[in-house]
Amino acid sequence: MALLDIIDLRTCFPSPDGLVKAVDTVDLHIDKGERLGLIGETGCGKTVLGLSIVRLLQATTRIDGRILYNDIDILKASDGKMRHMRGKEIAMILQNPTTSLNPVLKIGDQIAEAISLHQGYERKEAWSKAVEMLEAVKIPNSAERAHQYPHELSGGMRERVMIAMGLACNPNLIIADEPTKGLDARTKSQIIDLIHETTSKKALLIITHDLGVAGTICDRIAVMYAGELLEEASSDLILNDPLHPYTRGFINSLPSRGLVPIPGTSPSLIVPPQGCRFHNRCPQAIKICSKKHPEMMEIEKGHKVRCLLYN
Amino acid sequence: MFVIQLIEVSDLKKYYSSGLIKKQYTRAVDGVSFQIKKGETLGLVGESGCGKTTVGRLLLHLIEPTSGKIMFDGVNLIGLKKRELRKLRPRMQMIFQDPESSLNPRMKIGESIAEPFRLGLRGKICTHEIKSQIKDLIEIVGLNPEHVNRYPYQLSGGQNQRVVLARILAINPEFIVADEPTAALDVSVQAQILRLIMNLKKDFGLTMLFISHDLEVVRHMSDRIAVMEMGRIVAVDSVKRDDCNRSV
Repeated sequence: MALLDIIDLRTCFPSPDGLVKAVDTVDLHIDKGERLGLIGETGCGKTVLGLSIVRLLQATTRIDGRILYNDIDILKASDGKMRHMRGKEIAMILQNPTTSLNPVLKIGDQIAEAISLHQGYERKEAWSKAVEMLEAVKIPNSAERAHQYPHELSGGMRERVMIAMGLACNPNLIIADEPTKGLDARTKSQIIDLIHETTSKKALLIITHDLGVAGTICDRIAVMYAGELLEEASSDLILNDPLHPYTRGFINSLPSRGLVPIPGTSPSLIVPPQGCRFHNRCPQAIKICSKKHPEMMEIEKGHKVRCLLYN
Repeated sequence: MFVIQLIEVSDLKKYYSSGLIKKQYTRAVDGVSFQIKKGETLGLVGESGCGKTTVGRLLLHLIEPTSGKIMFDGVNLIGLKKRELRKLRPRMQMIFQDPESSLNPRMKIGESIAEPFRLGLRGKICTHEIKSQIKDLIEIVGLNPEHVNRYPYQLSGGQNQRVVLARILAINPEFIVADEPTAALDVSVQAQILRLIMNLKKDFGLTMLFISHDLEVVRHMSDRIAVMEMGRIVAVDSVKRDDCNRSV
């Protein structure tokens, strides 16, 4: 059963140059306990999609469509209801812990804040719960560490604090936005293991451009390009038998898969290309690709692709 | 056969001290020795905090080492007079991690690339000539002529890194230290920039020290790899070409 069901989601915000269509008619669902990876290049709209789910975008943003969480339409929920759900039901682990943590609050206080707010614990109890959380994310000497400020921690430690905050109120759905950005290889694999362990039995949406990360953690991967989903399948199929030329190009640009770049740059989200959005960078483009906009089609069970080559 | 070593580093050390009464030393680089042949790329890998960036900065003499010797084309950089060092500087350049902070935010892209010419690093050259040189450089690094009049904030990270490369080529150096040049870029742009660096290296016959924490990336970029740990080089090995091309 779908825990989260995103139907025809369109998120756009005004800019001096025109309306930026960051998310364009996206359909996506996450089942209970499922781990979904959302991958794509910088600026393809994946973070905006994540922020749309928790409604953390600025007031001028227009969000259309439906986001059903346990059959509650998030987009119609009142602000109060939403505040209640954030952290407790759906938690977001924001990218870049350096700027996402409050620099003038002790990390223990930052975690305890959410705990006392959602679970009604007294200050002292909330603090000890926060220390427990720090222990759960394997921060050594957690009782002393809780008294430290973000600047006293390393990048990997800060990411652990972010994860502890996300998990603090035992949410059903966790959205992690680039949790391994800026970490070196060893810290990265530790964080991946940690996410893997601590989020078992929970639904997880990982937003990343790192296919390695998505491949290790996720059951299913959705590929996003210029605001649209282009392909959706099990991690195994995406990594080993991708159908869309963009997914193939993306995989081939990995250093471990040959470091072959996709030519060109990602298109504007204000005036996206006519026809297929990838056609001007696609090595397999045919005539019709520049005219007809492809629809998402299910090629085989659970493997969807948006490409005219498979029509 | 006699091989020309462009870079020869021996027993290089850089200690940072803190505290007045109870002095504590951080051994960022603790006795590092290596050579780089002309036209070779040496990869330097290690975890964050192992001292690899410090090595890169020491090589270009951006920071003063505690002790050791750095020979650049037969000249010891340590103890060199400022004026003599300045003469050598155009021959060695650095690509930094974050392209946005390597470019002057108040200079148009064209102005940034023109700076080495204006400073006279390429000899006397008229404005008209500079313009055509910039046009060539912009093309070499894969940017469009319209980018010349933009500011860094108007370009993406990948495009800015291309600008940095164009500016470096304008100086026409022999040796480049690339310090995680794609750390701030995503996978597909990383591939583009790394391919570009590879091609430029070949076309301009550059010698390079390539610093990264990603072993896979280093494997693609280097002829030899040095592994750093806690301020020391713990292993040096050559890269077998067919090994890293197997999946192409």
